[in-house]
Amino acid sequence: MANLKELKNRISSVKSTQKITKAMKMVAAAKLRHAEEAANAARPYAERMDSMMASLASGMVGRDDAPKLLAGTGSDQRHLIIAATGERGLCGGFNNSIAKAVSLRVDKLLAAGKDVKILCVGKKGRDALKRKYGHLIIDLVDLSGSKRIGFSDALPIAQRVLAMFDADEFDVCTIFYAKFVSVMTQEVQGQQIIPASVPEGAETDSGDVVYEYEPDEEEILAELLPRNLSVQIFRALLENSASEQGARMSAMENATRNAGEMIDKLTLQYNRERQAAITSELIEIISGAEAL
Amino acid sequence: MADMITMDLVSPEKLLLSDEFEMVVLPGAEGDFGVLAGHSPITSSLRPGVISIYEGDKEKDRIFVNGGFAEVSKDKLTVLAEEAIYVADLDRANLEQRIQNAREDEEDAKDDETRRRAAENRDHLQQLLDAMV
Repeated sequence: MANLKELKNRISSVKSTQKITKAMKMVAAAKLRHAEEAANAARPYAERMDSMMASLASGMVGRDDAPKLLAGTGSDQRHLIIAATGERGLCGGFNNSIAKAVSLRVDKLLAAGKDVKILCVGKKGRDALKRKYGHLIIDLVDLSGSKRIGFSDALPIAQRVLAMFDADEFDVCTIFYAKFVSVMTQEVQGQQIIPASVPEGAETDSGDVVYEYEPDEEEILAELLPRNLSVQIFRALLENSASEQGARMSAMENATRNAGEMIDKLTLQYNRERQAAITSELIEIISGAEAL
Repeated sequence: MADMITMDLVSPEKLLLSDEFEMVVLPGAEGDFGVLAGHSPITSSLRPGVISIYEGDKEKDRIFVNGGFAEVSKDKLTVLAEEAIYVADLDRANLEQRIQNAREDEEDAKDDETRRRAAENRDHLQQLLDAMV
């Protein structure tokens, strides 16, 4: 019977889909482990950078000669938004939720009469934002070539942002990324990186010890701030890649489960049809025999 | 045994080294300075150069860093560097070849951007080579 054949085909097609999603889930789990390791390995540097920043910057806040990267340009008219997303889809709401957070912020800023520019990192974000804010997107940083996020990926972005800041093209810079909480949850965050927010509550193990500075505080701070920027961007990218893999893993797990349910349902239907066919054949034979 | 100082050498990607040493000489922005246990707290920026680790009177290890920061507190020395390479791992012939290549790239460059990048690369390699001497 044609219907039976159709059902059989569907079952086998859903089965092969399930195989693919299962494999993707496994790959994502392995990649997630790497991404988490990378994020953990990067933590000591960022933490020490934070504590150094905290001890240096606290003395500088509010001073007139504080560096612009710390104090800002004194205006918040022009915004640069870095939208960090993934390079690939099939990872649940990951790319979408970042794009949504970005567009919320952009709408708010535009409504307040500010100028906005968007720098996309990862082409999925650009694809999502292109339709609405195509004229605001200044460029796309493509990271699809690098398999694992390294500091060398973050550095050019930071240099680019710094060059734009030096050329006085924007006042405030915010980076949007998904912070990795667990495999199931990722939090989209908008973090302001220029002017640098002084890390609060960062541990300064110095206590009351008075530090000597060489050359002097201002010069160290002037060197520290650009480096801090690249570290912040690096950290955001690492969090993002862990989040992406986490989101993909749970999305693929859901897909595998759904495929399993589908197979069960189709198999049940197939068996019923088969039985019905047998029954009707039997009835035909019996009624044929009775007619004689 | 003399007092030891703990040194952490961290790069953005990982913690490269965390160990105790007798003395460490750092390439400070305003001149090299040695750090022994009990050094007064100091924060200094570093120029591209070599960190020398001493044990007794002997130089035990040399590590090249391309600039960064050093922080000394109590018995701990923290060095933040974006790049750190053991000088022993460097290969002179290889470096010279790469410098030569970079120089050629610089001459062949069609636009300013490529030229600048090649020059940057060459400077970087030259610093590494200088560190070996």
